This record gives sequence, C-alpha cells and structure tokens, in this order.
Amino acid sequence: MIEITAEPIDVQKIIAAASSDDCGALNVFLGTVRNHSRGKDVNRLEYDAYPAMASKMIQRIVDEAGEKWDVRKSAISHRTGVLAIGDVAVVIAVATPHRQDSFAACQYIIDRLKEIVPIWKKEVAVDGETWIDSHA
Amino acid sequence: MTVNVKFFALGKELIGENQLEMTVPDGATAGDLIDQLKEKYPRFAELNSFLVAVNLEYAELNTPLNDGDEVAVIPPVSGG
Repeated sequence: MIEITAEPIDVQKIIAAASSDDCGALNVFLGTVRNHSRGKDVNRLEYDAYPAMASKMIQRIVDEAGEKWDVRKSAISHRTGVLAIGDVAVVIAVATPHRQDSFAACQYIIDRLKEIVPIWKKEVAVDGETWIDSHA
Repeated sequence: MTVNVKFFALGKELIGENQLEMTVPDGATAGDLIDQLKEKYPRFAELNSFLVAVNLEYAELNTPLNDGDEVAVIPPVSGG
C-alpha cells in the first residue's frame, strides 16, 4: 500500500496494512518534523508533491527492495501540506520473515525515497522560507 | 502539438502556476520546451537545478515529445 496524503497519517493503519502472518518482523520508520535545521529554528514545514509520479517511484523502490530482501508486505505513507513540529511526515512499514531483512529494507526505502521521489519540503523559519535541496 | 506542463515547489513559485498548456512544434524535445519556458518566464532561470519527467518518468532533455504528454519540471527533491 502506498499513499500520498494531505491528511494526518494514521500510523496504526499503515502498520496494519504491512502486517503479514508469515512474517516475524515488522519494521516501522517514522520521519517527523524537527524544530531546527542547519543552525536555524524551524517553525513548520510545507510539503509539495507530484502524487502520481511519487506513488510510481515509491512502488519502484519497493520492487527494488523486494529484489534484495525477502519483503513480504509493505506500506508507505507520505504527508503533504503544512506540518507542525513533531508531526509525522512519512511512515514506512516493512514486513519480512526475519528481522535483519526488515531493518535493511526499511532503511533502503527511506534512503531511496529521499533520492528520487518527487516530494519537496520548504522550511519556514523566523527569518524566511527555503525550499530544501537534500543533495546540495 | 500541445503538452501539459506541471510545476512544483520553487518551480511553481517562479512560474506562478501549477500547470500550463503549452504549444510546441512537432518534433520538439523536452529541452525545446524548457527553452520556450525560459523565454516566456525569465524568472524560471532562477531554478538553477532541475530534472524533467515525461509521463511520470524521469527523462533526458533530448526526449521527443508527443501531443498530450504530461511534462513535469522536477526541482531537487527533499521528501522524507
């Protein structure tokens, strides 16, 4: 299951969507909004996304992870719009028969998501707004 | 032919639109479309790094366009 949503993410729903009776491990990564970045206080984040392409790219990443590890089920949700400090921006849940694969696959998916998925964050601080370039 | 061009993040702010219908000559490439955008929207040049996607796939600037294509200007991504 993959979703790009403007609504608060229901973490339990994402975990339920990834749970699988043949798996002994379900690894969950939550990406949350931090109150500081590059030496500045952050008031909030604003996310923009290209939902159709973002979903397609996330599906590709999940397929890549499935070729490397024994991923039986996964669920990924990414928020858009205005997020406050502490809000959950992204949830990645990966179920595998054994724990090592679930850690590795979960890390791979979040790392690749940050590289290729068309989603953008703008940091809004006291002294201005900046679209973030994660690769700069 | 006509293509639908989508903008996001800084690109959207510089162009001032989410999307535009643009007419390009037959045989035009994604790069030709970008040149046309730069001419029509001088502030677009402030976006000094971006990729292009055609029909939801990252594409090279020499990719030929077809009528009805969806072309997106993709600034450096920063999800997660």
